[in-house]
Amino acid sequence: MIFVIAEQKDGTLNRASWEAVVAAQQLGGPITIVVPGASVAGSASELAAADVAGVIALEHDALSAYTPDGFVAALAALITAESPSHVVLPHTYQTRDFAPKLAARLKAPLAADCVGVKAYEGGQAFVRLMFQGKVNADVVLEGEGPHIVTFQIGAFRVDAVKKGSAAAVIRQVAAEVDRSAIRQTPEAPFREAKQAVDLSQAERIVSVGRGIKGEEHIAIAKELADALHAELAASRPICDAGWLPMERQVGSSGQTVAPKLYLALGISGAIQHVVGMKGTRTIVAINKDAEAPIFELADYGIVGDLFEVVPAMIAALKA
Amino acid sequence: MKIAVCIKQVVSREWQVRVNDDKTWVRDQDAAWELNEPDAYALEEALRLKEKHGGEVVVVSAGPSRVTQVIREALARGADRAIHVNGDHLATADAFAAAEALAAALKDEQCDLILTGLQSDDQGFAQVGVMLAEHLGMAHSTIIMEVQVDGQHLKVKRELEGGWFQWIAMPLPAVLTIQSGINQLRYATLKGIMAAKKKEVKVVVAAAASAARQRIVSIYVPEKTKETRMIDGTPAEAAAELVRVLREDARVF
Ligand SMILES: Cc1cc2nc3c(=O)[nH]c(=O)nc-3n(C[C@H](O)[C@H](O)[C@H](O)COP(=O)(O)OP(=O)(O)OC[C@H]3O[C@@H](n4cnc5c(N)ncnc54)[C@H](O)[C@@H]3O)c2cc1C
Ligand SMILES: Nc1ncnc2c1ncn2[C@@H]1O[C@H](COP(=O)(O)O)[C@@H](O)[C@H]1O
Repeated sequence: MIFVIAEQKDGTLNRASWEAVVAAQQLGGPITIVVPGASVAGSASELAAADVAGVIALEHDALSAYTPDGFVAALAALITAESPSHVVLPHTYQTRDFAPKLAARLKAPLAADCVGVKAYEGGQAFVRLMFQGKVNADVVLEGEGPHIVTFQIGAFRVDAVKKGSAAAVIRQVAAEVDRSAIRQTPEAPFREAKQAVDLSQAERIVSVGRGIKGEEHIAIAKELADALHAELAASRPICDAGWLPMERQVGSSGQTVAPKLYLALGISGAIQHVVGMKGTRTIVAINKDAEAPIFELADYGIVGDLFEVVPAMIAALKA
Repeated sequence: MKIAVCIKQVVSREWQVRVNDDKTWVRDQDAAWELNEPDAYALEEALRLKEKHGGEVVVVSAGPSRVTQVIREALARGADRAIHVNGDHLATADAFAAAEALAAALKDEQCDLILTGLQSDDQGFAQVGVMLAEHLGMAHSTIIMEVQVDGQHLKVKRELEGGWFQWIAMPLPAVLTIQSGINQLRYATLKGIMAAKKKEVKVVVAAAASAARQRIVSIYVPEKTKETRMIDGTPAEAAAELVRVLREDARVF
């Protein structure tokens, strides 16, 4: 039996949960989707539409707000009782927060942030990115306990989900959680002050990464952006350093953009950056490293020093 | 307040990653090394907490002898002392084994707070800090962007997806995984470098790791799936051609 742990918030499932279902369907074998929460009947019946053996609504009042202690207690008890061969999760920030603890508690192996599955010696190898996305690694999991695997968002397509001919059976399970053992008290999520720039509406974006080297060089990127009538954006380290405001950060913890043109200057193309801009129509990368992962995504690329190429582009645009 | 910071030495970002002959690791014999980036932020956060609340900052690194480089750097930046869990097998260990090694070194230290980075730049498990919390029976939270300590109470700002945040309260002792950008880093001063020479580095030999739970069977450069038009020439030629294709072929302006 393969378990998929679905993620819902206030009764709404996220897309990544469906992607995890697709991943499990491709692994092969009977699947049970587990959806933890306080009252998850709605989510459970939505999930029952998938071609799976069953859905477990794992419920307890103490699971109404997500806490790692609560989720690990509930899932560890269920997994110990049911002994699935695999546990599949979407690699969300919530999964990152509790899956390693669950694995450590069960002494089970965990392959995190995987992008694919391959057949390997009668079992599977899971594909993960290493060294900042510069190489892929096929890894196999070994040892006792279920093999826990989390998949990167977008690694599987939601529209590939196989639906069942009839709704799968839903089982209500009262989670074993001791409320007094939950140490975290979360407050409601919030956003920082309203953003002044809405990059999601921009038609053209010039985005700078660590290749820009210093705050004093932001000016030449700005000059190029002006010449292209583009907005200026950046990768996270640039905003961390305070060279551009946070609201101009593109990526998983920043804005998601989908312009006609995204010109990446000195950006390596880490997955957390790429998820924020891969909906772009035309991606251009200028990077001095011919092997930078950003070139895997680019429509046009120049391998070169941005400090030579950018002034030449400005000159060409003004000519 | 006693704070431990787990620091990992990783190959430098500038180093060209090259796969070794049997395709199970990289050819790091000739690599340049550096402190894992989020760990630098974790160290800085620990130093700031110590300045505010008093106490001690201990850095811990598990790895072969070469990791003394990052230990020295952390001591020069202001950590009070260090523990080096020495073992060649730790260079490529999986997250479970790394967490075990760190837990063994920290279990008798009675730390109020343990900080780690949220992810390593090499294997990128994003697991070690959270597993360490489980091994030591401590509360934890991840992807932290602000830390407030008030007596035995801890309040942290956790980053969520897409620009959202959340405050979480929990008791000490706790393990936090720190996100890059939580603070502005300080760098070692000459005075710090001199002072570091006199600081204690306790070397403990790593116990044999329990069986590996994750084994790399192949490392390779990913195949390109998208067709990229690479534009060659001098910078001036390439720039002019790029501007032309963007105007005439891609029609993006
Ligand atoms: C939970 C989490 C959330 C994250 N969220 C985000 C996010 O929202 N957005 C984000 O961007 N990142 C995010 N990150 C960080 C991300 O993993 C990368 O570390 C980051 O995107 C790297 O930024 P970079 O490409 O600018 O820097 P680097 O990876 O250091 O790349 C710099 C590039 O510049 C090139 N270069 C250097 N000099 C020159 C030159 N003179 N000319 C041309 N090229 C040059 C280099 O070859 C290199 O490819 C997140 C990470 C985590 C773990
Ligand atoms: N060998 C190690 N020695 C010290 N700290 C480590 C080691 N491996 C991982 N860590 C810590 O755990 C964090 C997460 O690493 P990882 O789980 O490998 O992504 C790192 O940022 C470090 O703070």
